[in-house]
Amino acid sequence: MRNLAGVVAAIGGSVWLTRSALADGWNMPLGVTDVSRDIHGLHMTIFWICVVIGIVVFGVMFYSLFRYRRSKGAKSAHFHENTTVEVVWTAIPLLILVGMALPATATLKEMYDAEDADLDVMVTGQQWRWHYEYLGEDVSFISNMSTPRDQIDGAAAKGENYLLEVDQPLVLPVDRKVRFLLTSDDVVHSWWVPDLAVKQDAIPGFVNENWVRIEEPGTYRGQCTELCGRNHGFMPVVVEAVPPEEFDTWLAERKQAAAREASGVDREWGMDELMTRGQKVYESVCASCHQVDGSGNPPVFPALANNPALMEERDRHIATVINGVSGAPMPAFSSTLSPVEIAAVVTYERNAWGNETGDIVQPSEIQSQLE
Amino acid sequence: MAPKLPPQQPLQTPAEQGNDGAATAGHVNEGYHHGPSGLMRWLLTTNHKEIGTLYLIFSLSMFFIGGIFALVVRAELFQPGLQLVQPEFFNQMTTMHGLIMVFGAVMPGFVGLANWMIPLQVGAPDMALPRLNNFSFWLLPVAFTLLLSTLLMPGGGPNFGWTFYAPLSTTYAPPSTTFFILSLHIAGISSILGAINIIATILNMRAPGMRMMDMPLFVWTWLITAFLLIAVMPVLAGVITMMLMDINFGTSFFNAAGGGDPVMFQHIFWFFGHPEVYIMILPAFGIVSAIIPTFARKRLFGYASMVYATSSIAILSFLVWAHHMFAVGLPLVAELFFMYTTMLIAVPTGVKVFNWIATLFQGSISFETPMLFALAFVVLFTIGGFSGLMLAIAPADFQYHDTYFVVAHFHYVLVPGAVFAIMAAVYYWLPKWTGHYPNERLGRWHFWTSVIGVNLTFFPMHFSGLAGMPRRIPDYALQFADFNMASSIGALLFGTSQLLFVLMIIKCVRGGEKAPAKAWEGAEDLEWTVPSPAPLHTFDTPPQFHHREG
Repeated sequence: MRNLAGVVAAIGGSVWLTRSALADGWNMPLGVTDVSRDIHGLHMTIFWICVVIGIVVFGVMFYSLFRYRRSKGAKSAHFHENTTVEVVWTAIPLLILVGMALPATATLKEMYDAEDADLDVMVTGQQWRWHYEYLGEDVSFISNMSTPRDQIDGAAAKGENYLLEVDQPLVLPVDRKVRFLLTSDDVVHSWWVPDLAVKQDAIPGFVNENWVRIEEPGTYRGQCTELCGRNHGFMPVVVEAVPPEEFDTWLAERKQAAAREASGVDREWGMDELMTRGQKVYESVCASCHQVDGSGNPPVFPALANNPALMEERDRHIATVINGVSGAPMPAFSSTLSPVEIAAVVTYERNAWGNETGDIVQPSEIQSQLE
Repeated sequence: MAPKLPPQQPLQTPAEQGNDGAATAGHVNEGYHHGPSGLMRWLLTTNHKEIGTLYLIFSLSMFFIGGIFALVVRAELFQPGLQLVQPEFFNQMTTMHGLIMVFGAVMPGFVGLANWMIPLQVGAPDMALPRLNNFSFWLLPVAFTLLLSTLLMPGGGPNFGWTFYAPLSTTYAPPSTTFFILSLHIAGISSILGAINIIATILNMRAPGMRMMDMPLFVWTWLITAFLLIAVMPVLAGVITMMLMDINFGTSFFNAAGGGDPVMFQHIFWFFGHPEVYIMILPAFGIVSAIIPTFARKRLFGYASMVYATSSIAILSFLVWAHHMFAVGLPLVAELFFMYTTMLIAVPTGVKVFNWIATLFQGSISFETPMLFALAFVVLFTIGGFSGLMLAIAPADFQYHDTYFVVAHFHYVLVPGAVFAIMAAVYYWLPKWTGHYPNERLGRWHFWTSVIGVNLTFFPMHFSGLAGMPRRIPDYALQFADFNMASSIGALLFGTSQLLFVLMIIKCVRGGEKAPAKAWEGAEDLEWTVPSPAPLHTFDTPPQFHHREG
């Protein structure tokens, strides 16, 4: 009787534990796409299979440990093999696995079908930010983590979306099939949003594919999941899903802004406006490696402040920003920054932190180099 | 009672090797031990028992160094925000923790046990290649001194994870990476030489009458492990040599800008890495298969199927590597292939677990410390196996991959798996090594604090991973705070409880209840026919082995 009560208590306890473990924030999110729900279903199925096998296996084990204690005078039996039993417990797991493999195969096929997308978004990983480009729309931007340093260092209270907030989220339409094309400018990153069940590595030299059809408007947050260096933990992904009409309006506005930016190439820029713009670009793109004060992080990331090579060789400086450095961590920025931004940031680096070369680099010069 | 070896009449162990416990290993063999004394004795020794001891002490030291690194990681993750260390150093700690534990603690731990026990279990006087044995061991302190010294070099030590994916570990790596490569080469040579030695010993030096299918399972699993080592350590050597070339000689194996292929790095690494995972668990299967029958006083159920299951796992281990790479953009057909082969591994692994439980069924079970660790191994390794089965489901792996769910999974199979098995082996064979029983009270305290600590550390990681926490991050969003605090407290408990392990070992070496030749009532294998402590030289005359009938 006492045994029975113990068994009941143990099962009750594990059921309670399991139920609480399935509560929000303890389990894989259900997500907001067909695929994410399918994956969640597979996850729960295999989980319950494991729970049932666990109850049976551990049940027999603990029964034996309890029942056949030497201290209670148990005498050991002599059997040490039984072909029937051994065949059965090889065959049953095989059948369970086949049963599991079928739905998993179906889901995987669905996940790999990225055909007929309504919108293509190029996602490029860079240490330590994401660059998004709406292909064929001339709209692209960089998305940086926006959590202030003070919160990380404990000098300020941490906000609700600590480490999971960005300056410019990726805006996507709901109810449209969006195809992601993922690559990287430097090391391997991985773009993950749990609610969308999209996790795909962004690898230099490769373009990977994945897709999503979001069903509910909302803000969905995720992170880089492949170790990519110092700020790997500070590379969030934020997706803002909006109704299709709202998305079209937003995209049109961004297109106009991009056109305005492109026209900036044709005019002469003054020192002050280049410096102001350059500082913004520098702090968003360059400071993560070369530091806000240009002191760098030697030996891998050289200092820019008071760097004689940089100050003396203007052309090489421009070429480095445009093309990157082969065999070193410096990526090419020709595809992620506009000519105006490159001109501004080079001008800024040549005149900030006491570099004071007085050089001005015009966007038109960059444009001609890019061509 | 299960059928036995011919245990009652003493095997032809030379009588002059002393009475049980009457002498310690050093004194017993004055007759034929003419080697140097002091430090030179250990530096030059070719005795398998002394080299085994060296390996085990080395492994234990590395276990503590790697453990301290883990505690630095857990201390930083105790709460959100950066408090103690900066991300650069945090990454070095996670990387070094992994490298030290895999290559410095677990692998040498098993090699140490193999050195001590394989000759005793097959009735051989020593390892087949004793001088090579000395060399294999002494490469290790060199390798790991070099590896640890990178932490003091400009730019710091390796900071790219123990999997060192290129190009983070090549183009973007700190200058010390070349030293890391050299140290891994040295450790790899040590492993290959050790494996050659083990294979030569097992195939050539078994006692007359001992057929392959008579060998204890620890010997079997190590034989298979040694073949795995010989097959894959050269692959590791290849991949780190390609890194060396990329870093220092301008090649572009893994540099996309030069036409190289970062994904190829992952394929080669995991072609080594997955068999490596089994290298760290197969000998554990062997240990548990020795301990459970001993304390259940019942012969191991399904000996032959254990051998076949171990071999199947070893063969399958070469066909599953890309399940570590489900999210790198493999073609659909490759995803399916690797998903199916990975799921298949559950079958032979399940057979092993069922066999252990069938051994317990209708046994006569007692719960000495080695048994406690072995039983905890069965339960907790199986939990790690369950999460492994979940990870095998490729679509779901897109959600699990590179999160704390994976961290939970592989720590369950490696800590209460491999490490508990090593500890079980230490408790089990200490009477043979020292002539004294380990202190049972201390052992129980060590066991229970370890079990509680290990579960408190790693169980919450399943939840933080499912809820979305990526691995290898020095700071995390607020919803993961409670899980991480629990893990950190658990880690501190587990870490400090290992001091009890050291205390137990020291006490056991210095004294304690005297153990007879056959230290455990239900123990069967040849090692229990030589005196305790085992004299420096055993089986100078091979014992006649009579295999079990029926």
